Amino acid sequence: MTDLIETSTTPASGSDPRDRGGPAQPMLIVENIKKYFPIRAGLLNRKVAEVKAVDDISFYVLKGETLGVVGESGCGKSTLARLLMYLIDKDEGNLILDGDPVGEKLGVPLEGLRRSLQMVFQDSYSSLNPRLPIEQSIAYGPKVQGAKPKAAKEQARALLDQVGLMPDRFGQRYPHELSGGQKQRVNIARALALDPRLLILDEAVSALDKSVEAQVLNLLGELKEKLNLTYIFISHDLHVVRFISDRVLVMYLGQVVEIGPVEKIYEDPKHPYTQALLACRLSMDPDERVEAAPLAGDPPNPVNPPSGCRFHTRCPYVEDVCMSKMPALGDVLRADPETHLAACHMVHAGSGHSKAPDAQSQALPVWHGEAR
Amino acid sequence: MTDIPAGAIPVPTPATQGAPASKVRSYWGSVWNRLRYDPVTLFFLAVIILIVLSAIFAPWLAPMDPEKSSMANRLRPIGYKKYLLGTDEQGRDMLSRLLWGGRISLMMGILPVLFATLIGGAFGVVAGYYGGKVNMVIMRTMDIFFAFPSVLLAVAIAGSLGGGIFNQMLTLTVVLIPPICRVAETATSQVRSLDFVDAARASGASTVSILFTHVLINVLSPVLVYSSTLVSISIILASGLSFLGLGVSPPTADWGLMLSTLRQAIYVQPLVTALPGIAILITSIAFNLVSDGLRQAMDVKT
Amino acid sequence: MNEMRSPDTLASEPHGATVEPYVRVKDLTVRFVSREATVKAVNGVSFDLDKGQVLCVIGESGSGKSVMMRSLLRLHPKKRTVIEGSMRVGADEITSVSDKKMSELRGSTISMIFQEPMTALDPLYTIGDQIAETVMRHEKIDRDAAWKRALELLELVRVPSPERRLKAFPHELSGGLRQRAMIAVALSCRPSILLADEPTTALDASVQIQVLVLLRKLQREMGMSMIFVTHDLGVAAQIADKVAVMYAGRIIEYGEARDVLMHPQHPYTKAMLSSTVKDQDKGKPLEAIAGTPPDLRALPDGCSFAPRCKYAGPDCKVAMPDPLIDGRGHMVRCSKVRVMGGLLMFDEGMARPETALEPA
Repeated sequence: MTDLIETSTTPASGSDPRDRGGPAQPMLIVENIKKYFPIRAGLLNRKVAEVKAVDDISFYVLKGETLGVVGESGCGKSTLARLLMYLIDKDEGNLILDGDPVGEKLGVPLEGLRRSLQMVFQDSYSSLNPRLPIEQSIAYGPKVQGAKPKAAKEQARALLDQVGLMPDRFGQRYPHELSGGQKQRVNIARALALDPRLLILDEAVSALDKSVEAQVLNLLGELKEKLNLTYIFISHDLHVVRFISDRVLVMYLGQVVEIGPVEKIYEDPKHPYTQALLACRLSMDPDERVEAAPLAGDPPNPVNPPSGCRFHTRCPYVEDVCMSKMPALGDVLRADPETHLAACHMVHAGSGHSKAPDAQSQALPVWHGEAR
Repeated sequence: MTDIPAGAIPVPTPATQGAPASKVRSYWGSVWNRLRYDPVTLFFLAVIILIVLSAIFAPWLAPMDPEKSSMANRLRPIGYKKYLLGTDEQGRDMLSRLLWGGRISLMMGILPVLFATLIGGAFGVVAGYYGGKVNMVIMRTMDIFFAFPSVLLAVAIAGSLGGGIFNQMLTLTVVLIPPICRVAETATSQVRSLDFVDAARASGASTVSILFTHVLINVLSPVLVYSSTLVSISIILASGLSFLGLGVSPPTADWGLMLSTLRQAIYVQPLVTALPGIAILITSIAFNLVSDGLRQAMDVKT
Repeated sequence: MNEMRSPDTLASEPHGATVEPYVRVKDLTVRFVSREATVKAVNGVSFDLDKGQVLCVIGESGSGKSVMMRSLLRLHPKKRTVIEGSMRVGADEITSVSDKKMSELRGSTISMIFQEPMTALDPLYTIGDQIAETVMRHEKIDRDAAWKRALELLELVRVPSPERRLKAFPHELSGGLRQRAMIAVALSCRPSILLADEPTTALDASVQIQVLVLLRKLQREMGMSMIFVTHDLGVAAQIADKVAVMYAGRIIEYGEARDVLMHPQHPYTKAMLSSTVKDQDKGKPLEAIAGTPPDLRALPDGCSFAPRCKYAGPDCKVAMPDPLIDGRGHMVRCSKVRVMGGLLMFDEGMARPETALEPA
């Protein structure tokens, strides 16, 4: 157990000794993962409906990259994060961590996943135990994994230092004595305590003031370099996702609607939903005001998602085919990381949508929201 | 409220490090610090301590034998000769009886609550943490007990068990378990849904470890505060049982029993008759107000 | 016509100002006194606001922006709050009106919307009940008329199928609809000034725009004044006529939205703009502001931003700089700024040239 603690404080260099599948092997492969939450009601607690929170999602994260996950509230982003962390049980699907399937007999046991995969929660009153000094909150993980209390404490202090909080000054404090940014640094330190390789950041900067957000984003950048980390960065803030991500995955009602390299998505969004989301970004210029909202209404209820393309109820290009047939995203797992995929009939030749490209020409329609 | 040296821009002055560092206090330290400035709570805390001490030292403090009657001096008024607080219907010294009676009444107030907190708290935490079927079995069982008014339930149980101190204590414990269990369950299921519990699970911690490190510590204060309000209820219930003849049996001194036996004399010596009632009232008010103060002091902003 | 002035400009103005502004806040200080410490939340805030204007107050948590706004409704606990200065709304001086008068003003003249609608709406009553009740209380009309008004209001805030929504409980509505319902409650008595405390912060970007567009439209149609508190510069750009930037309980920059957001002069405003993530170069660290806001229990002498300011010199720590105003009404409190050709100019070499620090 002691070598575990050693490694967490030494910066990893070029090739990581923890690497098992080789540098080209994705850090994490998610295969057709599904989670439906039953809604029970009535006297006998019978299932009356189900929320398709995560509905058949596949993607991979390369070693050392940052995958941004965006979408409105209720799209299943947080459920996805908790599924990856094994905090809730998946209904279907597989996780492959650095080449080894998770949870199967020959693969990585759950404890291995625990060490490799950690999560940073949104800063809120609930992310840290209010009754524990922060040093103990950080030392808890290593202790659970068998470290001696003294070693765990030393490690916690080293981590505090690493996230920019002086251990002597902050170690004994309680969460309510810290500001939002400081708490978020503690959250990051706690996630790092088990020397993970992949960090899932679930709205990790969303609740912070802008200037503090910048500090924490810088810290995340530094740590990624130093500790050779891979990030899955979940956020609803498209500006932040663009800044931090290498690739972006757009979710809508439990499904991936678009995935691709960040610049391709931001420069040339293919799915009307992504286009609308991007049009919702606010300009700092008072002369560039949005006159009409790019997206009408709230996201539909995930309990009974619309038939066909789930976005068709809010899509400006909706045609008959959209209501009846669910558009495919394409084979995400076989595509190389530079591929830009969108689950929209307008993108797929021969889908039956009037704006779909002919088999020959690959010209794609670009929607300019009313706002532009 | 202090600063972090961080960010891309170098900190130009040492002033960022100069803000006053707030003194580091433990949780209980800060609770005490808030209690210190709450005169009402402090006063009633002193009252409780006084009552408890006088009950403990009753054998030395009581001027007379509480069970020795004197036919000649029945129902004497307060301050009659050597009877500082008068005498009861059998001519026993009221002061001595009140001091001795306090022992049983306090014991009936504190011990059942203590047992019920341990048992009900444990059930509640388990029900709240595991949820699902475990929760359903435990909580529905509690609901059956909860469905009866507590007095009725106590009378029913005590009636079937018979009188005596032990049975009275058992009755009170059973009556008090469901409400404490309910509070513990609610508090636990709230804590259970918080992110730090998920973070602990993500680090691979066992359920037992999470329960003891993360859940109990957060459930403790609401449960303790709630339990302390039950002390007064327990005293009153115990008095009620004794009053109905389902608790301690005469001639043992107990506030409830004294109230019961003295009530015929209410027109003869109203003041003396009221004394055990006043003792119950003061004790229960004291416990209520102290637990109220405790609740405020424990309410740390998270 | 200069509808809204920073009062600091008043002194410099030649007896102009024949029309009284609708709202005038002058030298407002708010302190929260407790056993342990005195928190100086607002430290001398002054501004004017005319009818039909939108003032955006920008600041981070702890800047005193919400405290300032809530004191306009006297929402702070009387016992522990010390309010000094004056706040005049229409003909009423908020600091001195009776409690009875104050509760009349609340809702009818001044109304407020919050970040979290669930805290402002009563979970036990339907949306229709809550709107109708507010209308009945203030306008003495019967139940049927009040319900009719409630329906009109839901239509006004563009709630789809309003008849059905009138009978809905708050928890049955989505976040965006709840926010609209709360706006409907707030507008039910046609307030002449609406206070908005980060009403769009908790919403998704797509819904946030809907609410902003709605608020802007309603504000124009009803000719309301509005004070809109936010920490998001993008939101301010969408809705503000005037912008006030608050730091440690003071307005440190004020002016036309365009001037403040596009040509900021105060180092804090500049740093806030540059640290806001928006299409910056990837791979380079963001220009974050080092440190955290000052402790309001122990404010430093001089400029409160000086400890974090990369341009600060020794003189910055002596006294809070006086407001400096240019011809466009752009006000800034920074000793490194001067007026040049009728415009404010930031000059980091000013005051103490020898203390020049590293470039931005």
